[in-house]
Amino acid sequence: MAIENEKRGWWRALKRPSARYTMGGLLAVGFVLGIVFWGGFNTAMEATNTETFCISCHEMEANVYEEYQHTIHYANRTGVRATCPDCHVPKDWQHKMVRKIQASNEVFHWLLGTIDTREKFEGKRMALAQNVWRSMKATDSRECRNCHDYESMDYMAQSRRAVPQHIEGFDQGKTCIDCHKGIAHELPDMQGVDPNLAFGG
Amino acid sequence: MKRLTMWGLALMIGSWLSVAGAADTVKSLRGDVALDAHSERPMLKQMMPDREPIPRDHVQQPPLVPHSIDGYQVNLKFNKCMSCHGWDTYQKARATKISLTHFKDRDGNDMADVSARRYFCTQCHVPQTDAQPLVENVYEPANARR
Repeated sequence: MAIENEKRGWWRALKRPSARYTMGGLLAVGFVLGIVFWGGFNTAMEATNTETFCISCHEMEANVYEEYQHTIHYANRTGVRATCPDCHVPKDWQHKMVRKIQASNEVFHWLLGTIDTREKFEGKRMALAQNVWRSMKATDSRECRNCHDYESMDYMAQSRRAVPQHIEGFDQGKTCIDCHKGIAHELPDMQGVDPNLAFGG
Repeated sequence: MKRLTMWGLALMIGSWLSVAGAADTVKSLRGDVALDAHSERPMLKQMMPDREPIPRDHVQQPPLVPHSIDGYQVNLKFNKCMSCHGWDTYQKARATKISLTHFKDRDGNDMADVSARRYFCTQCHVPQTDAQPLVENVYEPANARR
């Protein structure tokens, strides 16, 4: 009962105009608290946007992270790395928020243990891969293009196989993921999938 | 009996000496470096840049891979090579198509797809680095292949 009364007391105080504090004081406190809350929110969000956070679940560490370690996005001659969120979380705020909210579904399935063994993960690999391919196709490979800018591609520096493929692909309005599937993780069983859709590598 | 033992000993010492002598003259590919010393560290080899198909040196030679294959997946679920060298893709990719011989199993039956024993391409087809031959080689390909 006491708690309820207290609650009601708080609620009443919130609804009534303040007769005790000055407008300036309230604004100043609100301003400072705003910074603290927003800063805290942002820090928490950035904390979930790190590789360390991603691989704190063994589903990520034992499967996709393990495979990614053998690819060029993990180790290469210049040491520039693309970590999980660089490819899987949008950079701009609006799309990032949407992705973070979608990620709650992933947390839900983590709780359910949907892919908590290698076998379960392999069973779901095609569906999971297709989710990523679909979203990358829909955004015109936005996350790839954060680093790989078509305008900055130097065909002179590309291999003789890559040049005609890139020119042709871009002319046809293709996007990165149309050809570059399985570049950072193992591909699902591609039997029965149109090979033109899976140049891989 | 005693004399025999003496002869045996003498033979053993003699053969040991000759082996030790031979060891001085034989130089392994590792170089003339003491066993407990570090040999010179060889430079890492670079992959050759992509180029035209490399001519074969003998009739049965599996063609070499004239391009880098770094990061290519060839496993149970996917064969990256076939995404360009397969019969349904080679024209689009302007690649050499996989030979028809690769569709035969070991009993000579024609298969609808690449035979399991031919599936892992890099067992025979290998890319090239800029490595020079370790020893001089005067091999010349048969005239018919020129």
